Amino acid sequence: MNVKVLGGGCKKCETLLANVKEAVASAGVEAEVEYITDFAVIADYGIMSMPAIIVDEKIVSMGKVLKSSEIENLLK
Amino acid sequence: MWTFFQDQVLGMKWLSTLIGNLLSAFGFDITGKIGGSLQFFIYDVIKIVVLLCTLIFVISYIQSFFPPERTKKILGRFHGISANILAALLGTVTPFCSCSSIPLFIGFTSAGLPLGVTFSFLISSPMVDLGSLVLLMSIFGVKVAIVYVILGLVIAVAGGTLIEKLHLENQVEEFIRNAKHIDIPIEELTRKDRLKYAAEKVAETFKKVFPYILIGVGVGAIIHNWIPQDLIVRFLGNGNPFGVILATIAGVPMYADIFGCIPIAEALLAKGAKLGVVLSFMMGVTTLSLPSMIMLKKAIKPKLLGIFIAICTIGIIIVGYFFNALQYLLV
Repeated sequence: MNVKVLGGGCKKCETLLANVKEAVASAGVEAEVEYITDFAVIADYGIMSMPAIIVDEKIVSMGKVLKSSEIENLLK
Repeated sequence: MWTFFQDQVLGMKWLSTLIGNLLSAFGFDITGKIGGSLQFFIYDVIKIVVLLCTLIFVISYIQSFFPPERTKKILGRFHGISANILAALLGTVTPFCSCSSIPLFIGFTSAGLPLGVTFSFLISSPMVDLGSLVLLMSIFGVKVAIVYVILGLVIAVAGGTLIEKLHLENQVEEFIRNAKHIDIPIEELTRKDRLKYAAEKVAETFKKVFPYILIGVGVGAIIHNWIPQDLIVRFLGNGNPFGVILATIAGVPMYADIFGCIPIAEALLAKGAKLGVVLSFMMGVTTLSLPSMIMLKKAIKPKLLGIFIAICTIGIIIVGYFFNALQYLLV
């Protein structure tokens, strides 16, 4: 599984990244977590609200700092 | 009836009296400097926190209906100045933080929206929001609040139109101009989702701005009770024709939330600062901030960034003088 966290580098985005890592660890799934701050790459997804989560190239959340328990549900 | 609503409900004057009585009961002299500062500090912190939580909740609920993706679609249907006006209006209700300003820029540009429309949005969004409207109402009265919002929108529309006329499209970074247009489906939210979103926003905003409120109210309390009136009148009141320019230049590099600025503004006004001086300071602090400038610098070249800053600064100064001239009608 591939999980990408898209953000601009602000505190909200960093928090989401930490929560995603926590969720991956506690869900026990094999996942590679990437942190994307390059706006040219972000533009390719057409997302306008930061931060966002992409799971296997599918947008699952945007503009929200989800808790790790909420992210776990998205990883299933 | 309206005066009662403004003073007692929005202004919470009863709370000030209550705190004053409590402090007196504990042996403080509330007519003295220390007791007076304490009363102002406690009253203002409670009042602003209550207003903040209520406002953010209502506003976030409304904002959940206007994700940037929808704003983009709505704006695409309009042309010319009406697109600028609508962009300025939607800027007040579309939620976004400085991190989202570039993705938003990309989304707008790739959807074919003119540069000026994007800028009308970017100017109005931090300067005028629903929160500032109600907050200004509670402190400066309904007339000042409405004029503030209208003038903020005028700066946004005029600034965006000017940027359009200057044909600065080549000042936007390549990766933004070349971005493909992608429409992603807008999330359908239930009423419960929206309430949850609003509650989360309240918690998030409270955590973020509470230190600013404490600092703002602290500074306000000091101004309120310790700084001599004639000093403020001389520099920020009738004694200084350049007060507005001074306040704007001081406010632009500073960054604070509008909730932190208001207590300072309130105290300065009470001490004889001119209305325009106080409001231009507030606009300067909220509209242009270092973090969002650093973010925008990644999207636009220095020339356009410079023009953007210049337009906002000049606009704020003009509004300041306008308020000074109209003060006798508004306060």
